[in-house]
Amino acid sequence: MSQARGSVVGIGELKPQRLTSGVTTLEMIAEVSRLAVFDAGLEPEAIDGLLVGPQVGETPQHVPATIAEYLGLAPTMANVVDLGGASGAGMVWRAAAAIEAGMCETVLCVLANNREETAPRSPNRNPIREFDVPFGASGANISYALLMQAHMAEYGSTPKDFAMIAAAARANAQLNPDAIFFGKPGDVETVLASPIIASPLHLLEIVMPVAGGEAVIVTSAGHARSLRRPHVHLLGAGEKVTHRAVSQAPSLTSGPLKSAIARAFAQSGTRINDMDLLSLYDCYTIMVATTIEDAGLCASGQFGEWLRDHDLSHRGDKPLNTHGGQLGFGQPDLAGGMTHVVEAVRQLRGDAGERQIGKARLALVTGNGATMSEATALVLGVA
Amino acid sequence: MSVDLNALKTPGPTITALTQPFWDAAAQGRLRIQHCEDCGKAVFYPRPICPHCWSKRLVWKEASGKGQLKSFSQVDKPGHAGWLPAAPYVVGLVALAEGPTMLSFILPGARPPRVGDALLLAPTAIGGRVLPAFKSVETATEEKPQ
Repeated sequence: MSQARGSVVGIGELKPQRLTSGVTTLEMIAEVSRLAVFDAGLEPEAIDGLLVGPQVGETPQHVPATIAEYLGLAPTMANVVDLGGASGAGMVWRAAAAIEAGMCETVLCVLANNREETAPRSPNRNPIREFDVPFGASGANISYALLMQAHMAEYGSTPKDFAMIAAAARANAQLNPDAIFFGKPGDVETVLASPIIASPLHLLEIVMPVAGGEAVIVTSAGHARSLRRPHVHLLGAGEKVTHRAVSQAPSLTSGPLKSAIARAFAQSGTRINDMDLLSLYDCYTIMVATTIEDAGLCASGQFGEWLRDHDLSHRGDKPLNTHGGQLGFGQPDLAGGMTHVVEAVRQLRGDAGERQIGKARLALVTGNGATMSEATALVLGVA
Repeated sequence: MSVDLNALKTPGPTITALTQPFWDAAAQGRLRIQHCEDCGKAVFYPRPICPHCWSKRLVWKEASGKGQLKSFSQVDKPGHAGWLPAAPYVVGLVALAEGPTMLSFILPGARPPRVGDALLLAPTAIGGRVLPAFKSVETATEEKPQ
């Protein structure tokens, strides 16, 4: 027997029922998770990893965040495992692999399903649908507007501060012929002149939805060397998931990226000022503002001043989203987050052409999901 | 906002047996939320277990209906077509006096809302059902007949 790769320390099981009556999958997940955690003699806060199945007909997207919020968990590794009947077994080795990778220590692997006599009418029947949508809050724009308003109220940040982020993205996009806003320059005034969608959020502070695709290939460091091609190393990673709905966010002015970025720096033995490129997720201007502060580039509430003090172009002292970011490039749905990885690899390989940054040894890449809910940070570098 | 909110064709809540007590109370113009008998914390939205300590000893209690505005947005372009006739309207994050935060509809007041405003429960018929909306205390006072 080789060395143990992981151990199962608790189990939970619900008594099978032919039919359920008005019970959600989320409720059943809560019941069975409780059984397993208490069987292990653990407290809920010991759970820092979460593996769940797809939730067809209840939660079409953001399943781990929805379940984490429901259970009051804030895992540092969270995934959907979608392997049909192999999902349960598939969760076990993924949990062990995540633990071995240093991403978490104790993983809740949970699957449950209700079985109602009549199929639900709506494809979405989770808490955000039940408790936010009926009050007039549908979609991400309103959620991010609430975050932006909170930042302005707490720190006195101004519409112009936020508009500088969109203007910088637009400027960088002028050097990326593939960007949706290539050849369409715009400045702070252009952003502030665009219509308000949900106050205080302007149209041009929101990414433009586009079609597109992004992919990367990951292999072992040894294999990468044998390929004799330019390659980039993953030096550190961090993740954190705290909530799904903006109403349940632990803070409106700082997000789970703060912890994820700190973990990525700790794993890689680097600091924010070591980074040659900042490739920061930018679905809305407020997301970049909060990330600048959460990454430790400046104190909380000071992002506007920081922006005035730094040049975010490829020639600048703090190159940030040199591909134009999603605000300048466009957001090809979930692939939008991958643009930040692809651009970082391009820059670190020295393949960024006209927009190549000078020194390119280390890059910080961030990803963000839902409403500042799901956060992943990577430190990439070249040997 | 001159539109009849109750005539809007907006999506209603997707109620389950577990959440029914919340919506039954809402229909009567009341706000009831769960409290954990083990850790003592208030819980919103309703769950089968306490999200703080995972106890199952959750009981329904009447909330004070008092809250504070943590953030808000005036929505000019709603995310759901049913809300178009009501735009612009205001939604906000309400920190309930009991602890948890809920998202709600904020009724128009004498002045635009400000973060930190003291709020009061203001049950309002929206889209054919009474929902626990809120209004600023200032507005509530002004409306009171002298």
